[in-house]
Amino acid sequence: MIEIRNLNKIFGVNPVLRSLDLDVARGEFLALFGPNGSGKSTLLRILAALARPTSGTVRIGGWELPAEAAHVRAQLGVVSHLPLLYETLTAEENLLFFARLYDLPVAERADRVRAMLDRVGLARRAGDVVRTFSRGMQQRLAIARAILHDPAILLLDEPYTGLDQDAAALLDELLREVALAGRTAVMTTHDLRRGHQLASRIAILSRGKIAYDASTDAVSSEALPTLYADVTGAVTNR
Amino acid sequence: MTSTREQSRTDIHADTPVETQAEVPPQVTPAAPRVRKRRRPVTAYWRVVGTIAWKDLRAEMRSRELINSMALFTAMVVMVFSLALELDAQARRSVVTGVLWVAIVFAGMLGLSRSLAAEKDRGSLDALLLAPIDRSALFFGKVIGNLLFVLVVAAVLLVLLTIMFDMALMKPLLLLVVLLGSVGFTTVGTLLASMSVHARARETLLPILLLPVVLPLLLSAIRASSAILEDLPTVEWRSNLELLVIADVIFLVGAYALFDFVVEE
Repeated sequence: MIEIRNLNKIFGVNPVLRSLDLDVARGEFLALFGPNGSGKSTLLRILAALARPTSGTVRIGGWELPAEAAHVRAQLGVVSHLPLLYETLTAEENLLFFARLYDLPVAERADRVRAMLDRVGLARRAGDVVRTFSRGMQQRLAIARAILHDPAILLLDEPYTGLDQDAAALLDELLREVALAGRTAVMTTHDLRRGHQLASRIAILSRGKIAYDASTDAVSSEALPTLYADVTGAVTNR
Repeated sequence: MTSTREQSRTDIHADTPVETQAEVPPQVTPAAPRVRKRRRPVTAYWRVVGTIAWKDLRAEMRSRELINSMALFTAMVVMVFSLALELDAQARRSVVTGVLWVAIVFAGMLGLSRSLAAEKDRGSLDALLLAPIDRSALFFGKVIGNLLFVLVVAAVLLVLLTIMFDMALMKPLLLLVVLLGSVGFTTVGTLLASMSVHARARETLLPILLLPVVLPLLLSAIRASSAILEDLPTVEWRSNLELLVIADVIFLVGAYALFDFVVEE
């Protein structure tokens, strides 16, 4: 589903990604760990066609980036640590706006938006402007926006940032549903335990390269912090 | 080889492993029907332009952040000029177009900078860039939204100047010049605001980038406006009006070609 070969990204004179190779199979949920500055977010932005690789090839669903970016974008849903929503529009207006951009059939739009709001538990707040929402509610709406067009691939960039325990638990539940629905997902996170619980595969990015890559069955949740520290040279107490 | 690749492209939604589907509990099966695969990955161009412009207007109607600050700024400019310069009728006639365009440009820059900065800070600019739409449609949608804000400010300005300077400014030809000047200014302003929005010092960067580029357009607009207000013959303002049209076309085509490069990292 996702094929990355010899990917390099250089900002100015600073190499952020260095000869990175990665494959993500269909239906796989990859948790991508790594210290700050290791290139996790840059990698996700390249996959989302928001940034251009300096060199190397990236193919998603057979489409090559950046040349066929419009085709790729139609298959992607992105959840970031920012909600990517309009605060002065209501929850319903936000989703309807994105439904129009993603060209969902006119006859299905309203029903689809209502179903999504219901699914993330925001049906009662459909008519409220987003700025009145808590961070957790905004993030739930962000997930509804990301899966509104039924994307085959989800990219999740630190989706738990700023969430309290309850909101994070709700997000866990939604992401499990997403994974069970057969979507391919790539999630960057600093939360090793949570990433291990949700994903079917884990990878550790260090200094712009994949330094560790294995199924979640290959390493226990308890052993992961030590492994992470060994691979990245970082000290962690998670 | 090619057929394998084409097959993989078309199967993007039909890839759920059988065993994974079997694990789906009834309560987590999506309630809504899956969206049908569409033949066109890119939405109809002008519908997208309209959708983005309408979203900007709707959001602004609710918050009134841009319009209020732009209108207040223009009111202040007119007040300062009218009180600071105690002018006779002839002197007022000679400075009014300068005041008009200086106020439009500076209020416009205020609006352009905040319009794009708000999108960037909330991350919604990324959400727009993630949509499978032609990015020039996104650009023109933003231009139309910004243009409407600038025209509202220009309308307020014309009314205020008419009252404070005691002059008849509501002339069709002058309104045409204001429209043409605003189109060019907003087009290049939206492009440069999209570029400067990533910089830390974006509020100061935008005027530094924008003013030299729009200077020829601004001079033509001021000259044409002055000639029209003084009821000079057509030959006195026609060339400036033509220059405005040419500048608009150049800015629109240039921005259309460049926007994709400006927004991509």
